[in-house]
Amino acid sequence: MAVGSRTKLKHPGKLGYSFTRHLRERFIELLLFLAALFSVGITIAIVVMLVKESLIFFQHVSIWEFLTGTQWTPLFDDAKYGILPLLSGTLVSSMVALLVAIPLGTIIAIYLSEFAPFSVREVAKPFLELLGGVPTIVYGYFALLFVTPILQIIFPELPGFNLLSAGLVMGIMIIPYVSSLTEDAMRAVPMNLREGSYAMGATRLQTAVRVVMPAAFSGIAAAYILGISRAVGETMVVAIAAGMQPNFTWNPMEPAATITAYIVQVSLGDLPHGSVGYQTIFAAGLTLLLLTLVFNIIGHLLRKYYREIY
Amino acid sequence: MQNQLIPNAETIQYKSEVKGLSFYYGEFHALNNIDMVLHDKQITALIGPSGCGKSTFLRCFNRMHDLYPGNQYEGDIILHPDDVNILSENVDPIEVRMRISMVFQKPNPFPKSIYENVAYGLRVRGVKQRAILDEKVETALSNAALWDEVKDRLHKLAFNLSGGQQQRLCIARALATDPEILLFDEPTSALDPIATASIEELIADLKSKVTILIVTHNMQQAARVSDYTAYMYLGELIEFNETDTIFIKPNNKQTEDYITGRFG
Repeated sequence: MAVGSRTKLKHPGKLGYSFTRHLRERFIELLLFLAALFSVGITIAIVVMLVKESLIFFQHVSIWEFLTGTQWTPLFDDAKYGILPLLSGTLVSSMVALLVAIPLGTIIAIYLSEFAPFSVREVAKPFLELLGGVPTIVYGYFALLFVTPILQIIFPELPGFNLLSAGLVMGIMIIPYVSSLTEDAMRAVPMNLREGSYAMGATRLQTAVRVVMPAAFSGIAAAYILGISRAVGETMVVAIAAGMQPNFTWNPMEPAATITAYIVQVSLGDLPHGSVGYQTIFAAGLTLLLLTLVFNIIGHLLRKYYREIY
Repeated sequence: MQNQLIPNAETIQYKSEVKGLSFYYGEFHALNNIDMVLHDKQITALIGPSGCGKSTFLRCFNRMHDLYPGNQYEGDIILHPDDVNILSENVDPIEVRMRISMVFQKPNPFPKSIYENVAYGLRVRGVKQRAILDEKVETALSNAALWDEVKDRLHKLAFNLSGGQQQRLCIARALATDPEILLFDEPTSALDPIATASIEELIADLKSKVTILIVTHNMQQAARVSDYTAYMYLGELIEFNETDTIFIKPNNKQTEDYITGRFG
């Protein structure tokens, strides 16, 4: 076999030999391409499905009414289709969650990456990742049955369902995503950069904040954006602990429904298939998708902007 | 070790004296009982084959080994004129590093602007006044022969500079805090010959301002830039003398073999 191919090499038939190799390479390339295409294809299919179904919805309800209406009552006889109550619920719970997850996650990442001795890191990291592995339904009941009663001691007025408790627990849930990715990004910063900072007389904290974090900025931004996307898309915790009543409010102390909680509610079968009310879940889903897209674009711009001032 | 220098209290000023220095990476005995001096405002070169401990020795001067657990110093490095042993546990390594700066093998600018890179050492010391920062940055960049090339783009990212410029930026960064000793750890090994020549010239010029200790792999470089040379082998200081003596008429057979390329 080897001799055969070697003989071929000497002859003008070399072209034929490299052609098979070429073909093999192309085949592998094709396989890899298909794998990449698969995920892109699925994304496109989801968008197409959402847009198509939403169009049916928007034939009955004007986009203006959808975007500016402050009441969301598809289940009532006098149905109103204003997305703002769901949007406010989503944004408030996400904001509360991020106020917990981003500072805590970042502090944990700085500690684990720059301060913690090896033995502490080896123990702390798996525990932290375990926190991310707890089923979200468990977090939901944790919020409803444990965190809310504690919060009610501090704020006696707090209703049993509220965005605050759901947001806090969601924040705890997201911490591992933020801290783990932030820590990975920080640890990927080359040691010689750190040594350069220490050699200038910087402390560990100065090195972490002034050199390592800026160097890891793109990775940290990715971690934050993943955290935001998780918060906006989180379903179970808010469905259980925040109540399912659409409520146009910016006050985290009130009960409210988020976009995801509403979709769950409708999917459970309260509305007949094909009705306008049923089509609302696609419009709501599309809104959610666009919302995440906006955050991703903001993250992208932030990264570009940040690069420019430095 | 054979130290042929005749101590003359009137003419010879030591910036630093190393006395019986040993160093351990955990169990590994990396430096053994080194005695040496750094002459004030002179350039001292450390040469020797790979793994002989020259970088380890250099990094004792700014306590870089303190960053990693399990490292241990023995002996003294006395810093003059304070007469303080900088390896003492009572001395904060951060304060040592504020007075003894270092330039690394590979240029390591921070992900900041050129200006902020140079101002870094001042900022971590809490200097905030713009006028002081401006003045120090300009002086340091001028001393590092970089000012004219970068004065119009001080607020651009330092990564856009060439390798040689980045290394001069790192030198400027180290100079901005007015160090007493400047440590160079093979500063030109990642640079092309032209950039190397400009860095060597710069190091020679800096002699008037600061005491310099330089580790180099390149014997010609040691011969070109240094006033004193120490030859190390396997964690021992084999010979320390004036550079001319080391390169023309070394006292030790081992040094001679290394210098002449018979080994190493």
